[in-house]
Amino acid sequence: MKDKLTIKDLNFWYGDKQALKDINLHIGEKQITALIGPSGCGKTTFLRCLNRMHDLYPGNRYEGEILLEGRNILEKGLDLIRLRGKIGMVFQKPTPFPMSIYENIAFGLKLMGIKSKGEVSGRVEKALKDSALWDEISDRLQGPALSLSGGQQQRLCIARAIAVEPEVILMDEPCSALDPVATAKIEDLMTGIKEDYTVVIVTHNMQQAARVSEYTGFFMLGEVVEFDTTEKIFTAPANKLTEDYITGRFG
Amino acid sequence: MDAAGARFIKRKLANYGALALSAASAAFGIFFLFWILKDVLVLGFSAINLDFFTRLPAPAGMEGGGLVNAIAGTFLITALATVIGVPAGIMAGTYLSEYGRKSRMASVVRFVSDILVSAPSIVVGVFVYALLVKPFGGFSAIAGAVALAIIMLPVVIRTAEEMLKLVPDATREAALALGAPHWKVTVHVVYRGAVRGIVTGVMLAVARVSGETAPLLFTSFNNSFWNFSLTEPTATLTVTIFNYAMGPYEDWHQKAWAAALLITAIVLLVNIISRIIVRGKAE
Amino acid sequence: MPEKTDEKVRMPLRDMPEKRASDSGPVAAARRYASARAGDAVFKGAAWFFAASVIALMLLIFAVLLKESWLSIKTFGLGFITSSTWDPVALEFGALPSIYGTLVSSAIAIIIALPISVGIAIFLTEMAPKRVSGPVGSAIELLASIPSIIYGMWGLFVFAPVLSEYVEPFLIDHLGFIPLFSGAPLGIGMLPAGFILAIMIIPFISSVTRDIFRMVPPMLKESGYGVGATKWEVIRKIVIPYTRSGIIGAVILGLGRALGETMAVTFLIGNAQNISISLLDPATSISATLANEFTEAFEDLYLSSLVELGLILFLITFVVLAIAKLLIARFSYQGGKF
Repeated sequence: MKDKLTIKDLNFWYGDKQALKDINLHIGEKQITALIGPSGCGKTTFLRCLNRMHDLYPGNRYEGEILLEGRNILEKGLDLIRLRGKIGMVFQKPTPFPMSIYENIAFGLKLMGIKSKGEVSGRVEKALKDSALWDEISDRLQGPALSLSGGQQQRLCIARAIAVEPEVILMDEPCSALDPVATAKIEDLMTGIKEDYTVVIVTHNMQQAARVSEYTGFFMLGEVVEFDTTEKIFTAPANKLTEDYITGRFG
Repeated sequence: MDAAGARFIKRKLANYGALALSAASAAFGIFFLFWILKDVLVLGFSAINLDFFTRLPAPAGMEGGGLVNAIAGTFLITALATVIGVPAGIMAGTYLSEYGRKSRMASVVRFVSDILVSAPSIVVGVFVYALLVKPFGGFSAIAGAVALAIIMLPVVIRTAEEMLKLVPDATREAALALGAPHWKVTVHVVYRGAVRGIVTGVMLAVARVSGETAPLLFTSFNNSFWNFSLTEPTATLTVTIFNYAMGPYEDWHQKAWAAALLITAIVLLVNIISRIIVRGKAE
Repeated sequence: MPEKTDEKVRMPLRDMPEKRASDSGPVAAARRYASARAGDAVFKGAAWFFAASVIALMLLIFAVLLKESWLSIKTFGLGFITSSTWDPVALEFGALPSIYGTLVSSAIAIIIALPISVGIAIFLTEMAPKRVSGPVGSAIELLASIPSIIYGMWGLFVFAPVLSEYVEPFLIDHLGFIPLFSGAPLGIGMLPAGFILAIMIIPFISSVTRDIFRMVPPMLKESGYGVGATKWEVIRKIVIPYTRSGIIGAVILGLGRALGETMAVTFLIGNAQNISISLLDPATSISATLANEFTEAFEDLYLSSLVELGLILFLITFVVLAIAKLLIARFSYQGGKF
């Protein structure tokens, strides 16, 4: 397996409070890696390190290395705008922009400097087809994105993220606000897009992790307790804590 | 009847008495609203006619004429104040909600804006007089517009900040996660999400300053004729009301009522429309 | 949302391969990132500039008022505040009648407005059903949007005659033995000005008070009802004590408005530079003196004295508003305390 992201001795602080301790992980290219663990274990904090989302708020501090194909993305002076063009993100709740469905997706394309109308609309259509949304909404592309249902909004957000063709897509509990049918659609979508993208997903739902991912990392109290293939984690975990967690003894 | 029963009845009576008084307070407020509006409507309508909108004022003491120059002056000065005050206010509000947030600078700006919101408008007039009228040799439309812009500024700042803050941080993060530069996130995503609230707030601020009198008394002053120069004294409806209502002629009083009707109608209309807009958003 | 690291050093990730074709080759991309950084710097700088200019504006107002009133401050010193002579002909100026009128008319306004505003807030939050409280609340807020000159004009032409015809003769007949209500029923004077001010500030105080009442946790009230209290007892024993500092803040906010209000007062206060114990006598206020005399002041000392009046008014309202803001901030800050 080729590493897309290599995390070496990552530590992270919110002000004085250390939230991540000595994280070491390998995220494989064109694989889905799931991060599981109890609330407050640091999995979302970790995910937001990967596109430096923490830089938005003052007082946050990183230590260690996160290598994107060998290049440390925590280094000073890194262009965050460029980084985030390469590493897309889908959030816990759908985050449609206050504009039309079409414009939501075209927004990122225009940022990339694509000016040709034909190319923009071609890629909007492709993104919507890739995210299995096209058939449902192709007749109201100019309608407001906020008028879509929750599940559709979330798929729109995924379409928006993949339209700019990032290399990695981070998903922070993308189904936590959705019903089971919408969740199933998103899971289908995830397995569909992994041919082209490296996906890292944080989830509370262990069945989901088992269903969609190749690799799983178990986080607790800001540390990685165990990281291995999903099959191994769910059938023969090496660590007692992991076993307790996946069998539902705590969490 | 026993003591406990009497006490119970006393408590009940106190309850009804207090509640009746509070209902009476509300009735008192409504009563004055309708009383004032009724007089403005009745007296204003009896004085308003086509000449009022089309002719210049008649010489003092003579009947007839209109206030077309003051109507135009009010629109001119208010528009100019909007052009000065609104962009500045929105940018400062953007600083508070997008950049400053909890910083020391931001809290000082908020404090100062809150003080300026309620600062006496006549003092703003005195300030602009000393700043722009006295040194440059005369009353002018531009001085009036600056005074109104100063009054409008803090209102716009705080409304813009409140409305921008309603846009969830997750939306900002989602746009940044696509690789958008911060300023594009603000202009294309955050402003777009807040536009309805900001427009409403700006409308209210504009309506409020269009009814201001005190800051114009010593800045744009007054004028009985047409004036198309920004550096000359300029008539406005509100200052004209002040002069005419204080004046000795019955015809002036008539004109003042007509002007009062016009300005009240504009201000109330804007207020009611913006209320409807806000309610439409809530649904 | 300051992007801390973003703004310090910005070097592009040179060796990251650009995989996109179309019109986003590496050169175009580099140009785009450079312009994004420049755009960020310019936009943030502009936002900061306008925010800073608000602070500068406040300082400038103080500085300009101080400079323009310097002549008067030098000439009269502290005597300006304690003297009650206001004689433009002899160029002798004392601000006491104006200050007295400002304070007394505002005090009258608060005394009338406070109970009524709290009553309105109680009606809107605790009594009226939603379909009544909505329109009534809106109507009362509309009172606040009527320009003050309309209040003044209406007060002069409609309300003052009613006062001098019916209300003031009644006061003089029945309460005339109190010096406060002696004199002639003119319809203009301290009391009418204070009354119109009260009508003007009621919407402000009542809407802030209503919002504060709505912040009382429902559980707190329910536990009051749970022990058998009547609605009024819950309001008096729980809601009002819980929101006290907020109400005081709201009242002081209204006071700030009343102190600085010009047009309504100018029409109704009578514009007489004297201090009279009777509330029915004509008087003046700082804002009324300014509105009436400013454009007629041709002598430097006269003008300077008027600006000093403005400075005094600005200082008074500044202090009052700062106190109000602190009280309201403290209320919302300690929201959970009981």
